Amino acid sequence: MHALANPARFLRFARPATTWLLLIGLALAAIGMFAGLRLTPPDYLQGETVRILYIHVPSAWLGMAGWLGIAAASVSQLVWRHPLAAVAGRGVAPAGATFAAICLITGSIWGRPTWGTWWEWDGRLTSMLILFFLYLGYIALASAERERGGDGRIAAIFGIVGAVNLPIIHYSVLWWRTLHQGSSIGVTGSSIDNSLLWPLPLTMIGFTCIFGAAALMRIRAELAEAKVEARMRRMSAE
Amino acid sequence: MNPWPFVIAAYGFAIAMTAALLLWAFASMRHAEAAADALKRP
Repeated sequence: MHALANPARFLRFARPATTWLLLIGLALAAIGMFAGLRLTPPDYLQGETVRILYIHVPSAWLGMAGWLGIAAASVSQLVWRHPLAAVAGRGVAPAGATFAAICLITGSIWGRPTWGTWWEWDGRLTSMLILFFLYLGYIALASAERERGGDGRIAAIFGIVGAVNLPIIHYSVLWWRTLHQGSSIGVTGSSIDNSLLWPLPLTMIGFTCIFGAAALMRIRAELAEAKVEARMRRMSAE
Repeated sequence: MNPWPFVIAAYGFAIAMTAALLLWAFASMRHAEAAADALKRP
């Protein structure tokens, strides 16, 4: 990770990586969504609404993974003073917030025909909503700190403290057995039949690549903006 | 209850949000990198 601490070296990696992640992500997500809509059978219990899970599950994963990325960048910034850590945190946040929103809305749309309600103050739903608000708070705090010329330390502390919500989201279905079902996919296997499961890895990997491409684009934008600002400051000082 | 309007709404929302994220990130990157490249020109 420290090999990419130099912005010029990072950009040499990021430029081709952005294009490849975007192309691979769009292709895999499109194939996975098509397969989820047209090639898999309806679930015996949920019927056709099970197809929503091919986008809901990847967005839930990316909503949580995005904050894990922010927390890792925050630790890297505070402990090792990695020069790109604050930029990485700010770059990941909009993509994480977007996928957290997609998770909440697609879950709500799935809930209406399946549970008979758009929303329930269930442990999983509420903790995911809190994650979305944490993203909004982080984005506002990080951009305000940046505009005031800060080093991003307050946003980094917020990023680490906010990570407390991640195990709450993960274990909420075990701690509070309310409406949201427990995990169907674990490290050791899955309770979902293979005839329904196979498009899910395609959308998971596809949306993860899209997430990576969006984050890299934002990081590149931040680095270019910092370059322009530094030049403007030098010019005004001369 | 016909489930297809719900399925289409969910996919439509996810695709629209993902497209909006990518377009915004791409436009902001191109704009910022063009401004940075302009600094190099004499």
